[in-house]
Amino acid sequence: MKEFSGKVLFLDRSDINTDEIIPAKYLTEITKEALKPNLLEDLSLTGFNVKDDINDKAVIVTRANFGCGSSREHAPWALEVNGINVVIAESFARIFRQNMYNCGMFSIELPNDKIEYLFENYAGKDTSISIDIDNDKIIVTSLDQSEEIDFKVGEFDKTLVKEGGWVGYADKNY
Amino acid sequence: MGKTIAEKIFDAHRVNMPFPDTHVLKLDRVFCHEITTPIAITDLMARGMDRVFDPSKIKAVIDHVTPAKDSKTAEQGKILRDWAKRHGIKDFFDIGRNGVCHAIFPEKGFVRPGYTVIMGDSHTCTHGAFGAFAAGVGTTDLEVGILKGVCAFHFPKTIKFVLNGTLKTGVYAKDLILFIIKELTVNGATNMVIEFTGPVIDVMSMESRMTLCNMAIEAGGTCGICYPDKTTVDYLWEFIKDEFNTKEDALKEYSQWISDADASYEKVYEYDVTNLEPMVTFGYKPDQVKSVNEMTGTKIDQVYIGSCTNGRIEDLRIAASIIKDKKISDDVRAIVSPATPDIYSVALKEGLIEIFQKAGFCVTNPTCGACLGMSNGVLANGEACASTTNRNFNGRMGKGGTVHLMSPATAAASAIEGKISNSPLYKV
Repeated sequence: MKEFSGKVLFLDRSDINTDEIIPAKYLTEITKEALKPNLLEDLSLTGFNVKDDINDKAVIVTRANFGCGSSREHAPWALEVNGINVVIAESFARIFRQNMYNCGMFSIELPNDKIEYLFENYAGKDTSISIDIDNDKIIVTSLDQSEEIDFKVGEFDKTLVKEGGWVGYADKNY
Repeated sequence: MGKTIAEKIFDAHRVNMPFPDTHVLKLDRVFCHEITTPIAITDLMARGMDRVFDPSKIKAVIDHVTPAKDSKTAEQGKILRDWAKRHGIKDFFDIGRNGVCHAIFPEKGFVRPGYTVIMGDSHTCTHGAFGAFAAGVGTTDLEVGILKGVCAFHFPKTIKFVLNGTLKTGVYAKDLILFIIKELTVNGATNMVIEFTGPVIDVMSMESRMTLCNMAIEAGGTCGICYPDKTTVDYLWEFIKDEFNTKEDALKEYSQWISDADASYEKVYEYDVTNLEPMVTFGYKPDQVKSVNEMTGTKIDQVYIGSCTNGRIEDLRIAASIIKDKKISDDVRAIVSPATPDIYSVALKEGLIEIFQKAGFCVTNPTCGACLGMSNGVLANGEACASTTNRNFNGRMGKGGTVHLMSPATAAASAIEGKISNSPLYKV
């Protein structure tokens, strides 16, 4: 199982698409590691500084429809090779969401009010999140506060996270 | 309670449900291209599982960057080529015989009503035009599809569009789907199948239905679906004539893949589209749509006609009918990419290629290239393209570039005017 804890990158925008996560010109790479320097380099977001803001982050918190557009699994891979194994959003594009679980990573949906709460109380602070997979809790911590937020994912998704992805599971079962 | 076409296809293909709302389906087709497949292949090799479930059900093409533009794209092609050879995948379309995946695979008759299809490409939803369940997937789903011939999906909730009336002259499937995406928004159909039905669809060609289904993903849809009918049978006839005595028999067989009248839908939208105008996008999301009238005069630097959305023969005929005996504006450059070698050949025979060339178009080989800024028409910073493609994301056709999505007719008119322009100004 992968690591699901660390510092949070807040991306305050809906509809962040896979071209923004990793532009198509890098799809000629045939290793995941080669995608590392180019994560989010075309992200259109005021105040976002790609070099400084990604550094040392392990979790993304964002708004609706994250990962829309292309089916490229290069998007989760680009996150993975940068140490980001968790994205928490109001909603995801179907293919991106499945790609994350297929790679043994978390794409967690929270209702709008919870996402709003996280942005209001934690964005701009030095915030960390860790995922308690057995108890379905998101543990959020900043300098002055810490709390737990419940989340729900399907049994299939959880199994893929625990098994480290779909290939291993499918090979055993089909 | 009746069933939707997607539910019927799920029922006919379900292997099991290992978890609640997890339907593992048997696949009839696994389509592959050189961008998303090589990493699946190298991963299978690394795991010591370099096998394929059924080489006759796997079809592969080099289409995104072709001919190779550099060592990296040459390597991607080589991995796919060697793999196809190693596993006896006969339907592999290499340079010279290759075309845009979602144009060449239907053209070869690989998609049939009731089929399940996956590909590592989001526009796989195109193939729903044949009454199939076709979904874009990532490389891991593709890898499992290649290895085991299965893929897992959630229950296919469906929204239905009933499209009444008649499209006006100069208004096409592309205008209709841009209108629909505007109504749905970019995530209005997420995790859902979109059925396109009604008199407007009944009279549409397979090419137009593919244009419509192609952009289901731009509203977040898993698949766009049209019901199989006589038009579907006519299109497929050369591939299925040995399976059926008559076209009527084929139609009867395929009619099992139509939603029941009492099927349950997440939502039903009904529109009379008789007054629909030509549409075009602004901004960086495919639901940012206005009428061409509202956008007339917008500056463009490049015109692009092609792609899995609008690079088929019908599209080239429409564009050529507007461009015939005219020149493109000195203010723009224009590119046309017939989507497959067969489309290119027909366009050549019909004199369309000459029309494009005389007008000042660059005619490229079949490829996806420019649509996603990989080759054959990348934009410079600050440039805008009038494009018949499917995505207007920021930088999609080149860093700092803008894309305006539109029909081939509008793109052709815009090439002549050198700015976004309305095709009904020209004789269509």
